[in-house]
Amino acid sequence: MIPSLVHLQDILVWRARHSVLDVPSLDVLPNEVLAVIGPNGAGKSTLLRVISLLERPSRGNVHFAGQPVSGSLLRHRRRMALVFQEPLLLDTTVEGNVCTGLSLRGVRGDEQRRRADEWLARFGIAGLRRRSARSLSGGEAQRTSLARAMVLEPELLLLDEPFASLDAPTRESLIDDLDTVLTANRVATVFVTHDRAEALRLGDRIAVLMSGKLRQLGSPADVFSSPVDGEVAAFVGVETIVPGRIRDAASGLAAVEVDGKIIETASELAPGSDVLVCLRPEDVVLSEAGSATPSSARNHLRATVKRVRPAGPYVRVELDAGFTIVAHVTKQSVEDLGIEPGTDTLATFKATAVHLIPHRRA
Amino acid sequence: MDLIWDGVTEALDLIFSGNSYVYEVTFTSLLVSGSATLIALALGLSIASFLAFRAPPGRTLALSAFNAGMALPPVAVGLLVSIMLWRTGPLGQLHLLYSREAIVIAQAVIATPVIAALSTAALQGLNPNLRLQVLALGASPWQAALLLFREARLSLLAAAMAGFGAAISEVGATIMVGGNIKGSTRTLTSAIVLEVQQGDFETAIALSFILLAVILVIVALFTVLQQRRIPD
Repeated sequence: MIPSLVHLQDILVWRARHSVLDVPSLDVLPNEVLAVIGPNGAGKSTLLRVISLLERPSRGNVHFAGQPVSGSLLRHRRRMALVFQEPLLLDTTVEGNVCTGLSLRGVRGDEQRRRADEWLARFGIAGLRRRSARSLSGGEAQRTSLARAMVLEPELLLLDEPFASLDAPTRESLIDDLDTVLTANRVATVFVTHDRAEALRLGDRIAVLMSGKLRQLGSPADVFSSPVDGEVAAFVGVETIVPGRIRDAASGLAAVEVDGKIIETASELAPGSDVLVCLRPEDVVLSEAGSATPSSARNHLRATVKRVRPAGPYVRVELDAGFTIVAHVTKQSVEDLGIEPGTDTLATFKATAVHLIPHRRA
Repeated sequence: MDLIWDGVTEALDLIFSGNSYVYEVTFTSLLVSGSATLIALALGLSIASFLAFRAPPGRTLALSAFNAGMALPPVAVGLLVSIMLWRTGPLGQLHLLYSREAIVIAQAVIATPVIAALSTAALQGLNPNLRLQVLALGASPWQAALLLFREARLSLLAAAMAGFGAAISEVGATIMVGGNIKGSTRTLTSAIVLEVQQGDFETAIALSFILLAVILVIVALFTVLQQRRIPD
């Protein structure tokens, strides 16, 4: 087992008589990028402040490199670097900002400049070194903030939604650059975001935080394909979440009844079990109602289109198949199939695309 | 108008003729008000940092007190400091009454609430996450305070100017605790009061112009420091 760089033990943070963070245990492993996702107010930033030793938990301990953090917090803080959503630059030049942490550590001037040169170049802002930080664009400012953190050569990098306030093209290019840096340097990173796509892109593991509690922790595939409950499923982008009951199960294949329709899925749950049936919208394929194209998919449901609306690069189609199914299809498919409210269609999905969550009916 | 014009010409004459009396009261003014401003800055910035960053219980009450302190009547401060420094007062054994130190204490008491209240507002105006960012960059509490003071320097220098202005322009407390002793505790303001009482309006006007010139030069220096910016 790999020893963790950071271990949170029995962390509880109370504010105004409410628990805002309750994490019995969480490890950050060396070299990994741990993406922490969750809705606004889930406690993500509080978690980051606890890890960065900027907030003392009401209860519990933070262990860094195998040792419980005690005594001088400054000594431990100087092994980490934190980047906020806002760049929070000081009123000096870009180079002055990048050198601030080094200066606080008493690093010599020539060494400061050498290290600053390297990181200014790596984040593509070497030409801005003499510019006032106040005159930078949002993207340039966040690049400066990231360079200011990385120049410290931290053992642990903490990122608190660093791309949230950037426009889409700037965000894309900065995520690319950060990905390159993290891949090359393999610095252990905790990356807080509410954006699932960012988490999938950068995270080696994903932690889902909701209402201050750690609800799921695992690989991106685990979290996105096998969420542990309905709330997590909804947050990670599962749009079809309906209650059902297993009618039959044999050889690892289960038949689940959902509002009178049978859905086949891979499951070891016993017949009679109540479940939530989860299906990601990108796993649903639509075809003409009368078509019978052979495929390996085990589920083919006749459905009527209820609603069609654009969803970024896709079109979100809501279907009534006796229960509601949501599919994401391309604009071209919508045109080719003549999809509009009231038309009949055939919704097809594989048994392996269906995820079941044991569920107790109210 | 003639009186003012005569005052201006006498002021120039006093300055350029090397009048030792004028230089002495100007020096005393600068010494006591400068010292009082430095003490008020140390106290005011400490109080402001505590109130702005630690957000202690009762902060609003304390801020109300400091805001009210900006309108503290100097005569009342003079009386209070005098009572404290009287031979029979709690600090009587220090034998400071009618000394420059006594004026420094009185002026510091007047300037501290001004600097504390304005500095607290300045520090509260900073982004709350900036302090966390500075600490996360590896700053010790002292280093963090200095970096944040630098960020709020526009408003903090304005607070310092207001504190210095309150100290150097003060006269009531200065006379009460200093005694307006020639060669020792006579400042520009107390000298002006004396000259007016003696009916020497030309010298009083001349000293007033010198006082204004001193304030202008010092505030101009503060302002240059305040407005120094990095080119975009």
